[in-house]
Amino acid sequence: MTVEGPKASEENHLRRILYIWIALSVVLDLVFWFAIGPHIPPGRMTSTAKDNQFDFNVLMVIGLPVLIGVWEWLAYAAIKWNAKGKNTPESVGGPAAAGNKRAEVSWIVITTVVVLFLAGFGIVALYAGNGSGGGEGPNPIQQPAGAVKAETDAIQGTGSWSPNSNEVLPVQVIAQQWKFTYRYPTFGGFESPDLILPDNTQIAFNVTSLDVIHSFWAYQLEVKADANPLENNVAFTKTEQLGSFEVRCSELCGIWHGAMFNSGQVVSESAFMTWATNTESKNAQNTKNLPPFAWTYVPDANGAAGGYYPDGNVTPYSTVEIYGSKQPS
Amino acid sequence: MSKGGRLATVTALFLVVVGLVVWAVAALLVPGVPGGVVNFTDAQAKGQPVHLTVQTVGSIGFGAHPTWVSYLVQDPKTGKWVHDTSWELPAHTVIDMTVYQYDSGSPLRNQEWGQVLGTIGHSATLNGKTFSTYNSNTGNGVGHTFAIPTLNISVPLVGVSGNPCAVAPCHFNSPHNIETFSFKTPGPGSYNWQCFVPCALGYLFGNGGAMSTQNYMGGELEVVNQ
Repeated sequence: MTVEGPKASEENHLRRILYIWIALSVVLDLVFWFAIGPHIPPGRMTSTAKDNQFDFNVLMVIGLPVLIGVWEWLAYAAIKWNAKGKNTPESVGGPAAAGNKRAEVSWIVITTVVVLFLAGFGIVALYAGNGSGGGEGPNPIQQPAGAVKAETDAIQGTGSWSPNSNEVLPVQVIAQQWKFTYRYPTFGGFESPDLILPDNTQIAFNVTSLDVIHSFWAYQLEVKADANPLENNVAFTKTEQLGSFEVRCSELCGIWHGAMFNSGQVVSESAFMTWATNTESKNAQNTKNLPPFAWTYVPDANGAAGGYYPDGNVTPYSTVEIYGSKQPS
Repeated sequence: MSKGGRLATVTALFLVVVGLVVWAVAALLVPGVPGGVVNFTDAQAKGQPVHLTVQTVGSIGFGAHPTWVSYLVQDPKTGKWVHDTSWELPAHTVIDMTVYQYDSGSPLRNQEWGQVLGTIGHSATLNGKTFSTYNSNTGNGVGHTFAIPTLNISVPLVGVSGNPCAVAPCHFNSPHNIETFSFKTPGPGSYNWQCFVPCALGYLFGNGGAMSTQNYMGGELEVVNQ
């Protein structure tokens, strides 16, 4: 059986639809990319936020023509092939389209290319650029330059950071029911409920928990890392804009989970230096009472300090296993 | 049933459903004030500091959970101790707080809460002596903290030796610490306050039971315009 090619009238319809589709797609893609794209959340406060926005915008630029194609076809069909109209031309497609090699091959090739491109793009985006596929976790594969040294110095208590030094700044995020606190190992290991970050600086977040599973989600920074007890979950980002951001727990963690949030700030490098040195000095008395800086901390195993009670028994008071006493040697 | 009757039935049912939906949405959108709010707004003249007195007890000794640790508050009008952790306070007003701490303590899970944060002068007094940080690894440790996370306020409540007071309200003849501090309320809104010492004995990580139930170790500040 021979398959007839499309009739001339069908060719005209397809050509018209194609031209309209190309024109609309180009215009709307350009409008989206240049006018809307730069404002798409989570913004451009950090390198990871910028990457995330870029990824979303790429997906949108690819998805928009598909959406336009579907809507245009519907609109065209409703107007041109409306059965209520007089002298309605034969619609394109239907049984006549069965076995149309050109249509079949075009459909398979275009959708395959789009899907494979998106799969590849997604894999690269997850793996490169400190994405969650390789640049985060207890043992991140991808690490920015200087991160290993900064992290090693932090745990050894020899870390340093100064404005315009391009040094990585390790910041520890400690989650507990129901509050985040932050330790700065390069400034004497002081702890604070405030998260202040210097601009134009690579940050190494080291996220852990003192009790149940939480999740550190700094939305505008595009950093989201689970906070697990006895795990050091690492996430990197580079600050690129001044401003404030929100931190929320994104793992349901108990009655006050909804209130487990705070705001942070990206400030100039000099302002950060001033804040950090002032806070280090102001908190010096309490910092002496903190456990030495460690990647994870073992909660106290006694009464009111909050030990584990898996069997419902209250263990007697102990001064041995206090918070932070068990740390890597 | 006649056509008119059916129409009336359908209309009535429709109105009932609409009414229920409106009621449910309104209940979700309108911030409710928890029942039994202790009112401090009418207790003094506008602009004058509010005196808020609470006590912490190791076991409440009555009610559904007599062994649970809890806060009690002194009613500003009657002077009686009330088991209620929802307090209505005037906005933009200094709150002078006195805590009678009758509970024992231990080292903090996170010594960060040994600091006095967010109070006026960044300090508190413990039995008359001013302090800004307390080492929970010494003495009787810290029993509780009074904290309002969204306002970055936190005060460690130093523990006492033993826990001889078994039924609330406790009296001054039981061992206790007296802590005082002041803070200023922000604009109108609902602000939760809580304890950051996982003090619910018998629960995993110490954060269940009294730590996860209103009217025990946490509550709400309903801040309103006076």
